[in-house]
Amino acid sequence: MDNKTMTMAASQRLLKKSNKSALQKEKRGKYLVLASALLIITATIAITIFLGTKGLQAFISNGVSLYEFLTSTKWNPTAENPLYGAVPFILGSFAVTILSALIAAPLGIGGAIFMTEIAPSWGKKILQPVIELLVGIPSVVYGFIGLSVLVPFLRDTVGGQGFSLLAGMIVLSIMILPTVTSIATDAMSSLPKGLRESSYAIGATRWQTIWRVLVPAAMPTLLTAIVLGMARAFGEALAVQMVIGNVRSLPSAITDPSATLTTIITLNMGHTTFGSVENNVLWSLALILLVMSFIFILLIRYLSSRRQF
Amino acid sequence: MNSKVADRIATTIFYLIAATIVTVLVGLLGYILFHGFSKLNIDFLTSPSSSFRAGGGIGNQLFNSFYILFLTMVFTVPLGLGGGIYMAEYARPGRLTNAIRTCIEVLASLPSIVIGMFGLLMFVNLTGWGYSILGGALALTVFNLPVMVRVCEDALRTVARDQKEASLALGITHWHTIKTVLLPAAFPSILTGAILASGRVFGEAAALLFTAGLTTPTLDFSNWNPFDSTSPLNIFRPAETLAVHIWAVNTQGLIPDVREVADGSSAVLIISVLLFNLLARWIGSVVHKKITASK
Repeated sequence: MDNKTMTMAASQRLLKKSNKSALQKEKRGKYLVLASALLIITATIAITIFLGTKGLQAFISNGVSLYEFLTSTKWNPTAENPLYGAVPFILGSFAVTILSALIAAPLGIGGAIFMTEIAPSWGKKILQPVIELLVGIPSVVYGFIGLSVLVPFLRDTVGGQGFSLLAGMIVLSIMILPTVTSIATDAMSSLPKGLRESSYAIGATRWQTIWRVLVPAAMPTLLTAIVLGMARAFGEALAVQMVIGNVRSLPSAITDPSATLTTIITLNMGHTTFGSVENNVLWSLALILLVMSFIFILLIRYLSSRRQF
Repeated sequence: MNSKVADRIATTIFYLIAATIVTVLVGLLGYILFHGFSKLNIDFLTSPSSSFRAGGGIGNQLFNSFYILFLTMVFTVPLGLGGGIYMAEYARPGRLTNAIRTCIEVLASLPSIVIGMFGLLMFVNLTGWGYSILGGALALTVFNLPVMVRVCEDALRTVARDQKEASLALGITHWHTIKTVLLPAAFPSILTGAILASGRVFGEAAALLFTAGLTTPTLDFSNWNPFDSTSPLNIFRPAETLAVHIWAVNTQGLIPDVREVADGSSAVLIISVLLFNLLARWIGSVVHKKITASK
């Protein structure tokens, strides 16, 4: 009798039915998480297709010349003979991006070296939270401070309106500084200790070690840090729009007002009719932004394939 | 110049760089808090904004910001968890996994204005909703999803292997192990990551300009029927968030007290983001202590 209840209990515990439901749950769970992973692919493809078709509409159905769009410096979509030359915005975007990287790169990499090489004990404790707080400040706040402090300051010191490429460059360089610093810090601290020690062992000073050994060894990742910063600067819209002055002509000096791809989209998207030519060319500008962010990703992939440490 | 002098000069320069970075942050925060703090009072925080006259508040904007943030997290957290679980537990090296990784990378690096324009096409025009809270929240979901997936994946990957293997060795299925062993263990890091991501969403403006819009209808805060057009809870109404408000009053505002409103709003925005930061750290450590044996 005992034997019988034992087997009963065992068979009850090992009911095939319950196993099946566990198996079903396992499958359902797997498909559920797979679905959310696939949603990411769907979103990316949808963004590419939607913005691609919408961005090409101006050239295909409105007859805007792609050649004019990419080579002419005259932009006036509301004139009687509308002109669609996007060069001022494309050049403006590249100009602020490169200029801000020129400031943020030495500062960011310098900060990273300070944290990892100069004062590793307390430097990191101070700079790390500072960098994290800088990341957290929303871009409109950077723009607002630029507008209310930086622009009047530049107007008084260097002359002109204050709204300028220079103002955009300064605001953007502060905004991308945390990106550059945090990745550069990872790059420096992931270098093997042996590099440092062997350099010191043969009598090199700290600066010689940093400049001749550590920076070259970390170069691919340091470049990745700069490119990521540039990608952020290229796509930043509101902060730049608030300080750059938004004119349609090419700037002749760094103190001249200018415009970028993002600023012209921000300004005009709201008050052009959806589907009109003036509106469609804005989508073409957005397509350039999209293509540029793909190029930045390819560049980062290439750089990370050259990582040594 | 001998190498010792060069070394000393270089060290000084590095100190200067570090000092510059700290000064920039202290200057920024100090400026915002110093100028904005005096404007903060209950009246400013609760009264509706005015489009022409001085003395408007940011009550509606503040509500909109939190409401959109809440909806965004309602969409993002389950999707991010799903994606994170897949990437950490089920993804096998191969083409599909590579494709998902590439897409996460692409989505994370897209400029937010581009996501806003996608939102305009998809959630404003295609759906016919017009500018709406739901459209804004969905655009922000696209913006926030790659971050959440990474947070969840990293959190799950840091759970000790032994715990997972012990559970599997007991004959518990993989899915049940994820639900009952891995997720609870990873919960503190996921929560911290989600709150940090909330700070980012809270301050985002470019993705909302063309999805949630620049206006807020007159809201009746005694009407809590979500289907009524004057109800604050209605998800199909346009809604200007706090970050968008700062941009709008500065670039297209007609009110005479732009500076006061912008100062106050920036202070609120910065304080909220700081609170999100502190909260994330604090809750993370408290929950961690509570549900694990570690001190």
